Amino acid sequence: MTTAQTMGLSPLLRALRTPAEAIGFSVTEWETLLRQGRATRLLGRVWHQFSRAGILAAVPDPVARRLHAAFVEADYYRRTLLWETDRLHHAFHGTGISFILLKGGAYAAAGLDLAYGRPAGDIDVLVAQESILAAEEVLLRHGWEHVIDDGYDQQYYRRWMHELPPLRHSVRDTELDLHHAIVPRTSRLRPDMSLLHAAAVTVDERGTRVLAPVDMLLHCVVHLFHDGEIRDAFRDLVDIDALLRWLGQDPDLWRQLVPRARQLGLERPLFYALRYATKILDTPVPAAILREAAVGAPQVPVQRLMDLVVPRAMAPELNAYRRWATRLSTVVLKSRAHWLRMAPPRLALHLARKSVRRLIAAKAA
Amino acid sequence: MRLGELSSEEVRTRLTQHEIRLRVGPFSISVASDQPSFWPAFHFLYQDFPLLEDDVPVEFRIGLVYPPGIRRWFRRQVLFFLDDATPFEPFTSALALPFFEWGFNWCIYEHVYEFLVMHAAVLARDGKALILPGPPGSGKSTLCAALAFRGWRLLSDEFALFDIASGALFPLPRPVGLKEQSIGVIRAFASDADVGPTFTDTRKGTVAHLRPPSRAVASADEPAMPHWLIFPTYSRDADNKLEPLAKASAFALASESCFNYRALGVDGFSALSRIIDRCACFEVAFNDIDTMVRTLDQLATRSERT
Repeated sequence: MTTAQTMGLSPLLRALRTPAEAIGFSVTEWETLLRQGRATRLLGRVWHQFSRAGILAAVPDPVARRLHAAFVEADYYRRTLLWETDRLHHAFHGTGISFILLKGGAYAAAGLDLAYGRPAGDIDVLVAQESILAAEEVLLRHGWEHVIDDGYDQQYYRRWMHELPPLRHSVRDTELDLHHAIVPRTSRLRPDMSLLHAAAVTVDERGTRVLAPVDMLLHCVVHLFHDGEIRDAFRDLVDIDALLRWLGQDPDLWRQLVPRARQLGLERPLFYALRYATKILDTPVPAAILREAAVGAPQVPVQRLMDLVVPRAMAPELNAYRRWATRLSTVVLKSRAHWLRMAPPRLALHLARKSVRRLIAAKAA
Repeated sequence: MRLGELSSEEVRTRLTQHEIRLRVGPFSISVASDQPSFWPAFHFLYQDFPLLEDDVPVEFRIGLVYPPGIRRWFRRQVLFFLDDATPFEPFTSALALPFFEWGFNWCIYEHVYEFLVMHAAVLARDGKALILPGPPGSGKSTLCAALAFRGWRLLSDEFALFDIASGALFPLPRPVGLKEQSIGVIRAFASDADVGPTFTDTRKGTVAHLRPPSRAVASADEPAMPHWLIFPTYSRDADNKLEPLAKASAFALASESCFNYRALGVDGFSALSRIIDRCACFEVAFNDIDTMVRTLDQLATRSERT
């Protein structure tokens, strides 16, 4: 894509797509980059991209300091994830429970470029469904505590979600999500977890395991298109972009992508991910792969609607949250995510229970 | 051009209709506000600060504005904005200036990782810096304000910003927050001290701000090298004597006074080691400002002779 064609894009998008274009930024564009990068927590990522593109010298001092600071902060989180991984090995040693790191923890342990400048908070861990309660017990013995005390909310997680209620370490304060699946039990998607476990790979001499490269991407894809957190959606898309570029280095991995998605029943989210990563972030994906992935395309009217709302909800525009079109797009996507995660009758029952409990609590107070 | 060269009318117009762009130490900030209580206090306390050159981007874009809806009129309140985000609950409108100072501090300890940031007052004589770390209540702000009127150059009353590679301290002169009795103490101590409006009923009780001395603001781009590290504590029955502190203890105390020591990892450790190596380290319990000022004066003079 030429400079002329990208002129209409926001400074953050331009900085992520073609870092070298930032050299010509005006004062206003630099300021907009800081605002958009701060709102999406991508400033550290931008620093990393600029550094790899070798254009740091062209960044004005105040902007460079803000980007660098964000990178340093993100790198602290990256090291924290590595330390937490060490502590997990320590906790699970000799218990016979094997675990797989997901998301940020996995990127850090595997040493992916994506782990640099990426602000990560929680550590996400996957264990087999049959060992999840034993794993929880091990963690509770090693200083992890439940964040949620409420019995109903606890039960809600245990009954319907793909993870246990979140844990927090009493000393180190890190949050941990213990997963037994990559989608909620209530979701219409039913990827066979045993396939993911079987394909998991070891990334260091200590035996740290992460999902196979293609599965790692598919997990990220499911997370983006089946989650209510539209707020963080753009950051997820940036992860997908980086993972696709990484996979793209190995033609064999490209060839595995669509067949694996079909095997796991994840063609639809993969289709969306490829479509919007290429559209919004200009991610290089071979045309043959895009054609192959079209098996996951929805009906034409649905696709039109998604094409209308996804870029609006994600693309960080100036004052994005104030624009009505963005708000409407966000509502559409959130409703969609809820619809996919939980069938409406069950959702209604859950919301009714929540409100009755809130009323009782209010009366008691 | 300095802020003080603008008329109060001009300041008000810019703050309400656009923004005022300032350089404050190493930082470039912009401020916008529709709060009448804020305009004159800001104009007075920041009068010596230079307006930002046109080609410098702003890194912290701060707003102090009425919340939408009824709270503008009923229980007058003000919101603090960094960009489009509001990290705090609304505050009483009359306290917009202390809220700004507090919010700006938050920007620094929440977002600054390009320096090693220590919670400390910093002053300098002949390019040699005196660092006074301390939590609120340690008396560091009062001591700092007093020294700023007795031959020491004020670098900061709140943040020591160390360059990670060289250990040099970047000045961040800003209004010095004085609490309760300190306001009277400083007024009595230095008749030429300019103190801004007094705010009662803040979360920290009565608060007023000392306008930073003009020459401190004028030399805000001249770093100083760490030379003395003194941990003060205010206490009623104190002897006001400097007690030498072992370097290892000084290191431990200093690392606890930093906001981002852990996050900086190895870089933080080496930076702080170099700083401690350069410094003569002491602790002191004090209750008398005059004695302290004399003691520190002697310390500085002794170092000149050697």
